[in-house]
Amino acid sequence: MRVGIVGYGVYIPRYRIRVEDIARVWGHDAGSIKSGLDVIEKSVPSLDEDTATLAVEAARNALKRAKDVKPSEIGAVYVGSESHPYAVKPTAATVAEALGIVPNTTAADLEFACKAATAGIQACMGLVRGGYIKYGMSVGADTAQCAPGDALEYTASAGAAAYIIGGENLVAEIEDTFSYTQDVPDFWRREGSLYPRHGGRFTGEPAYFEHVIKASKGLMEKLGTNVSDYNYVVFHMPNGKFPLRAAKILGFTTEHIQPSLVVEVIGNTYSGSSLLGLAAVLDVAKAGERILLTSYGSGAGSDSFSIRVTDLIEERRNLAPPVKYYVERKEYIDYALYARNRCLYRG
Amino acid sequence: MKLYKKRDVAIISAAATKCGEHWDKGLKDLAWEAGVKAVEEAGISGKDIEYLVVGNMSGGMFVGQEHIGALVADFLGLNPIPSLRVEGACASGGIAFFQGYMAVASGLYDIVAVGGVEKMTDVEQEHATTALSGAMDFEWEAYFGATFPGIYALMARRYMHEYGLKKETLAKVAVKNHYHGSMNFLAHFRNRISLDEALYAPMVADPLGKYDCCPISDGAALVILAPLEIARKYTDTPIIVKSSAMASDTLSLLKRRDICTLDATVHAAEKAFRLAHIERSQVNLIEVHDCFTIAEILAIEDLGFAKKGEGWKMCDEGQTYVGGNLPVNTDGGLKASGHPVGATGVKQIVEIVKQLRGEVERGRQVNNAEVGLAHNVGGSGATAVVTILARG
Amino acid sequence: MSHIAPPAHWRRAKERYRLLGSKCENCGSTFFPPTKVCPKCRRKGKIAQTEFSGKGKIYSYTIIHSAPKMFEKYTPYILALVELEEGPKVMSQIVDCKPEEVKIGMDVEACFRKLFEQDGEGVISYGFKFRPADNSWKTSY
Ligand SMILES: [Zn+2]
Repeated sequence: MRVGIVGYGVYIPRYRIRVEDIARVWGHDAGSIKSGLDVIEKSVPSLDEDTATLAVEAARNALKRAKDVKPSEIGAVYVGSESHPYAVKPTAATVAEALGIVPNTTAADLEFACKAATAGIQACMGLVRGGYIKYGMSVGADTAQCAPGDALEYTASAGAAAYIIGGENLVAEIEDTFSYTQDVPDFWRREGSLYPRHGGRFTGEPAYFEHVIKASKGLMEKLGTNVSDYNYVVFHMPNGKFPLRAAKILGFTTEHIQPSLVVEVIGNTYSGSSLLGLAAVLDVAKAGERILLTSYGSGAGSDSFSIRVTDLIEERRNLAPPVKYYVERKEYIDYALYARNRCLYRG
Repeated sequence: MKLYKKRDVAIISAAATKCGEHWDKGLKDLAWEAGVKAVEEAGISGKDIEYLVVGNMSGGMFVGQEHIGALVADFLGLNPIPSLRVEGACASGGIAFFQGYMAVASGLYDIVAVGGVEKMTDVEQEHATTALSGAMDFEWEAYFGATFPGIYALMARRYMHEYGLKKETLAKVAVKNHYHGSMNFLAHFRNRISLDEALYAPMVADPLGKYDCCPISDGAALVILAPLEIARKYTDTPIIVKSSAMASDTLSLLKRRDICTLDATVHAAEKAFRLAHIERSQVNLIEVHDCFTIAEILAIEDLGFAKKGEGWKMCDEGQTYVGGNLPVNTDGGLKASGHPVGATGVKQIVEIVKQLRGEVERGRQVNNAEVGLAHNVGGSGATAVVTILARG
Repeated sequence: MSHIAPPAHWRRAKERYRLLGSKCENCGSTFFPPTKVCPKCRRKGKIAQTEFSGKGKIYSYTIIHSAPKMFEKYTPYILALVELEEGPKVMSQIVDCKPEEVKIGMDVEACFRKLFEQDGEGVISYGFKFRPADNSWKTSY
């Protein structure tokens, strides 16, 4: 039985802050930050947006593209995030309620840093293929936290991507998936802490690259594919540099990864990141083309997917706004307004 | 038609406290002050009063006090007479009057006291705003961020769009009310303001600025009713209650037929004029519920003194000043004389009574006034009470 | 409003999340907020739940500068009466729009936002707000 993507949708808040505006506040050199991260600006949520609202918007767009799917046919809803509005009370139930998926469904919030939603896709694949549900939905959404003045502040942004997984009417078939996980303290946030901490350069080689490369290789080995079999490659995008370098290590070209690199202008949307990149590729890919997707979540793990686009993509992708629309729909704010939107002033 | 009016009713005395920030007076003190003034004026004994009705919007939210009917009766030394508190948001006072009027007109009681009291300044402004927002639909208006000025601003914006009203005219309403208020010893605000002051004041809910909104006031008022046939026992100048009528509408603005019309006012006014056998042209002055400047314009139209969409012209041309064709809010209205919500409807009656008796301060006295009308609104128009009074 | 207990949020949450109103299956009239009776058909009316499209036009608006505590952090915000394409009006905030850009007659569409939080520890209220309708993605991309 085939399994794959029946619908996908994204959402990015409209506010942006430029690297310059953040650097000015902290006395950093904007030029070297921009060239070091390959990020020039990032998305910022409104005061009335949080992970739940972002997830609902993206999920509604996914449902528009999956036009034959009735909300009541979705048997599982997973929301992956590291900024769930509640420590206890599921975002997934809010999403399910807002889309009319309730009550005959299972739902859960997932957390694995930036890769929880790809784990959600895997769960949906299993439930669909096992015949337990007809469709499942996995949403990656974050309004990423970062301590004021921390290096993360230049990239931690907000966005969401939602995928409806099923066995028929696929816009893209998921051929296989492979995961790679180890306990690595590269990035964390303790219960009750407002902002995450991270291991600086330790987040690179032993963390991001180790897992992204090994998972991607593992998947290709499992499937017997190689780099030349893929038209596009999509990785988690903590900045603009890491995914490019990972692509190069694996032997992919800039052309393979470029269509997914939205990080430069929206920043790192955490749980939404690799899935927003995949959506950007689905917005342009042709029927028959193959995509290698590998997420990364600190702590640490990667889920890799081999995806083949179907004929249905042409008629479905125009049913909801593309990634490019959200990327270009923007309004700049300065650091003071940013601080207000992110509630950095606490009193 | 039903047997609506059994006998004629008169007001034999009327009194109000000053409105404003009464730091040294609580709810009971205010009610007592208005009550004692009215009883003394009528030259009656508290023992003559058979029934008490008190208008109060939110003693619970403002001062943590409910059970206000019995409380005021206690403080006025009226126990054990029956006493009732009525609530209809800002129309509580008007409703209290309507109830008291029915009690006398029906023949059930002879001497009835109708009071209104509100103590609003013991809570922070934001808390008072919250209490007042209880007068609109909670689930579909307040819950979505609506405020009272916001609701009236929505009416004002639409009215401007449909009928060409300018913000200048709204400002003129405020200027006029402050002018009248400046001559009223009991007014909350006694300062005159310029057109520019009103026009360029800080915004509260665009297009309504600070001077488009009435203040939060403490105050109380009380009137005593008697059958007309015995009224002259107590006063040489009884004021006849020609009619008092009340109507209701949806609490939420979003369900209204037309947000530029308060249908409750239209219905109450139609009924009040019909029962009073009085024409609009016979009315010498009106007290209308100008919780916001736009409300004064809507009231002039909805009461039938101007066609829909043209009421603002009377305000623009200055016809609503004392000395004009139709003096409106000769005490300064809610804007300048103050808006102690539950007391306002009774306070308006007090003003009309004093005007008809020729007893108000020089400069704001309407000469030879024979007929006056009081118009009290609850919320954004879910309740309206219209009362027509005439010199006896 | 003072403290709002969880059941008071929950009772209307579906309707606020999905813009659900009522429809009379006898005469076709639509209603918002949801109603239990059709004022036209009275006893003959048959009320059913209906989901509105979320498309509408601004009927009137104001910019709220002075707000109750739980909305204070959003000031100045746009509050509007939105006339839905199905007919009924809803009261809602308009977001993703500058106060100087809002106009009567403007096309708007529903979105999902946080309405308020009573405090940092309480229930978060979500529901519909409206934003300027933007169909540019249908033609420009
Ligand atoms: Zn019907």
